[in-house]
Amino acid sequence: VIRRALQRLRGLRPSEEREQELREELEAHLQLATDDHLRAGLGPAEARRAAVLELGGLEATREAVRDARTVPVLADLLRDARLGLRQLRRRPLFGATAVFVLALGLAASVALFAFADAALLRPLPYADPGSLVRVYESTDSCPLCNLSYPDFKDWKEQARAFSGFDLFRGTTVGLDAPGGPEAARVALVSAGFFRTLGVAPALGRDFAPGEDVPSAPPVVVLPHRTWQVRYGGDPGMVGRTVRLDGQPHTVIGVMPPSFAFAPSPAEFYAPFTGTDSCGKRRSCHNAHSVARLRPGVTLAAALDEVRAIAARLEQQYPDSNRGQGAAVAPLAESVVGRVRPVLLLLLSGALLLFAIAAFNVTGLLVVRAETRRRELAVRTAMGASGARLLGQFATEAAVLVGTGGVLGLGLAFVFMKLLVGLLPTGLWAQLPFFHDLGLGPRVVGFGGVLALASLVLFTLAPWLLVRQRPLEGLAGGRGSSGTVWRRLGSRLVIAELATAMVLLVGAGLLGRSLTLLLQVELGLRPEGLAVVEVRAEASDLETQERFAALVRRMRDEVASVPGVASVGVTSTAPVGTSVNSRWFRIVGRAYPGDGHEETPFRSVSPGYFQTLGTPLLSGRDFDERDLPDRPRVAIVNATLARQMFPGESPLGRRLVYVAGGKEELEIVGVVADVREGALDAALTAAVYHPLTQDTSSFMSVLARASGPERGVLPGVVAALRRASPGFVVREQTTMSTRIGNSPAAYFSRSTAWLAGVFAALALVLSAVGLHGVVAYSVGQRTREIAIRMALGAQRGSVQGMVLREAGLMVVAGLAVGAVAAALGARTLESLLFQVRPSDPWVGAGVTGVLALVALVAVAVPARRAASVHPMEALRTD
Amino acid sequence: VGVGDKADVWQGTLALMVLKTLETMGPQHGYGIARRIEQTSGGQLSLNYGTLYPALVKLEQEGAISAEWGLSENNRKAKFYRLTAGGRRRAAREAREWQQATAILARFVAEPS
Repeated sequence: VIRRALQRLRGLRPSEEREQELREELEAHLQLATDDHLRAGLGPAEARRAAVLELGGLEATREAVRDARTVPVLADLLRDARLGLRQLRRRPLFGATAVFVLALGLAASVALFAFADAALLRPLPYADPGSLVRVYESTDSCPLCNLSYPDFKDWKEQARAFSGFDLFRGTTVGLDAPGGPEAARVALVSAGFFRTLGVAPALGRDFAPGEDVPSAPPVVVLPHRTWQVRYGGDPGMVGRTVRLDGQPHTVIGVMPPSFAFAPSPAEFYAPFTGTDSCGKRRSCHNAHSVARLRPGVTLAAALDEVRAIAARLEQQYPDSNRGQGAAVAPLAESVVGRVRPVLLLLLSGALLLFAIAAFNVTGLLVVRAETRRRELAVRTAMGASGARLLGQFATEAAVLVGTGGVLGLGLAFVFMKLLVGLLPTGLWAQLPFFHDLGLGPRVVGFGGVLALASLVLFTLAPWLLVRQRPLEGLAGGRGSSGTVWRRLGSRLVIAELATAMVLLVGAGLLGRSLTLLLQVELGLRPEGLAVVEVRAEASDLETQERFAALVRRMRDEVASVPGVASVGVTSTAPVGTSVNSRWFRIVGRAYPGDGHEETPFRSVSPGYFQTLGTPLLSGRDFDERDLPDRPRVAIVNATLARQMFPGESPLGRRLVYVAGGKEELEIVGVVADVREGALDAALTAAVYHPLTQDTSSFMSVLARASGPERGVLPGVVAALRRASPGFVVREQTTMSTRIGNSPAAYFSRSTAWLAGVFAALALVLSAVGLHGVVAYSVGQRTREIAIRMALGAQRGSVQGMVLREAGLMVVAGLAVGAVAAALGARTLESLLFQVRPSDPWVGAGVTGVLALVALVAVAVPARRAASVHPMEALRTD
Repeated sequence: VGVGDKADVWQGTLALMVLKTLETMGPQHGYGIARRIEQTSGGQLSLNYGTLYPALVKLEQEGAISAEWGLSENNRKAKFYRLTAGGRRRAAREAREWQQATAILARFVAEPS
């Protein structure tokens, strides 16, 4: 093949040597011919003339040979391409359908691959990302948990496994703005953070060792985006001062554009000093860590070491470190662990859709080849070589795939933008690897591989079909020529139906899971709830009295906003991801092994439960008298009451926190369970205490509106600013949005919708494929059917014959699909909420839908078969 | 099929004739091949000798035959063509296909429908 191609290429350039050889060869021919003619008795001149005449002219022959050597190869190619185009143009609907179906399948696969590539294949933008890990403290209730600052310092000092070990923590600061402080996310990082990641600033420097102590002058490092958006890319930014919370900070560096740190998206990086009250307590876990394994150290070895250190600390500080183990996991896991199963699932869904699309187009092409069988047979007889036919199919397929491919890539780009637009902004910030999503070389290459695969399929399938009995078409009979296609076609359809079934089952399971997730008991009425998250100024937190007064002002001001029916304030709004747990014991009760209970706690204001719409089951709500100088009280939820006080009333019992203040809290009320954690997390015990006997710099203000809740948001924000001009407003939203955009709901919804769209497309495509095969088969057998009718077959029995044939295909498709779906559904398990992969309702529903659609798809050709007139037997050849 | 009493050579059949000729006669030059085709057809085919050379070039490019210079029986320098292994296989295949085709056609011609 290569040699021939080389010869052809060489043939493209006229070579003097070659010309000379041709002249000699023809001259030899003429001499041989002349010799013969001389022997036959002609004179020398006449003999020569006769020889030339026989040759058909010397120059003409030379020209023909030159043509054979060079141009025809190209000319054939061009002619085939033109033929392919003409074939497509002659049936524009066929061409358009094939191109569109292909483009759709390709676009879905390429778009999903772009996401998967960005998240799973592209390495994290750090030096040697494979050796970066995150180190966690670990308890039974929180296996991958935050670190406390004192623990971190011990670990860092003792661990040999890491060449770098640093901390980070997200927080919010206020930036000066005309309407009051504007919220900006800050990541507090220990001095070695950027060096551990192995990323150097694009401008200036990063934090120097020792710069993360309270006495050091305040400095910040900007991510590239902040530099561009907030400061217009000012080239002299390094050395300038920015005010965070009113404090001047010197900008020492700007990170490169490729830098992002998904676990803590931020607009500013400032040093982590660990000097706040939490940083001094071993029991207060508020920091995350990132570390780099020393060369040659395995994850398991590092884990052994930190576990040993944690065990020593547990003995040393039993009060704060009881049950505190350790865990180590790759950094990539914490960045993409959540999206990986979703992306892999959707990518496989898209690939299945592509497979259906390709099968469908193959079916169309094979039908076409079948109808062209006679033309092709004649051409074969007339000397078109198998290779030429293959070339013709290939050029035709190339036109289809080329058009479909370009269209598909364009569509993929649109799909990507659409999908990105659907991501909630909060989630968007945590997925930095999606920010520069595009049609990169790898993504286009993936599309190219798919296109190439379909090109091969589209070329070989019709070619093999025709080649099987190349001359059959000449015989003119139609009776048997369709059987090959019917066999191949029905196999394609069975494959399509089975694939559609897999997609439908997947979509059905995800859809059911989403429904159950959104129906989960919240313990509150989300409709009509406006949510504003604020951060209080440090001066408001100086004493408990000042803070209690602030809470009082907040409630009074917000309650006076027109349209607000009631207001409540909490340290942490419900349906969040925050853990915020503490250890406590119930006073007067012995615990086995001197243990303690761990539970989430929230500080809430009076009126909070009423605003949520959560009923108080017994006792009383917090009220205005629960002030710092009054006895400390607490409200527990129903789960806690059931778990800790089975068969007795918790009212009047006391509990005490293990670490921190040792004051006892009296339980004064029991409320119904509120879903404090994620939608898909189990309900847990919870303790509430009065916000007015506590302090909390971050608060969520919940206002129940009498009308649409969005309408009261500006009024609520203005009221809060009146209560404290120093408030940094972090977020204004509604409870419904908050729930809908929570990661559990979002991932579940987007997965279910995308899978649903894929499944719907698959259903349509397989129905079209089924319809095509049956209609073709009926068309092929018009004569046979007409003869049957002429011999007295009833319309019903003819229709039954067609339906039976189609039914066999459908049943086979459903059977294969059911097995494949049962196997495939197991991979979904981790994504499902309260639905088993073998959910009978989904299985039954999908089977029903597919069977119904299949029935509709074959009803039309079956009716046509029944309406064949016996006279047709005479008319068709 | 043809005009007058001589048949034109169908396009595409010439290659097979060349291959079969080389198969039976062994290495042969262009003029010899042309003469042999004419003789085999019993003078019923009018072969324009000039059309033979493009066919030879094509077959050579496709690897079915190879060529080298030699001396003819009456000591004239000429380019001799020989079948390659691939050409031999191709000759067998195309011959089989033609037999099939003509058998089918023969049935049509025997009892016109």
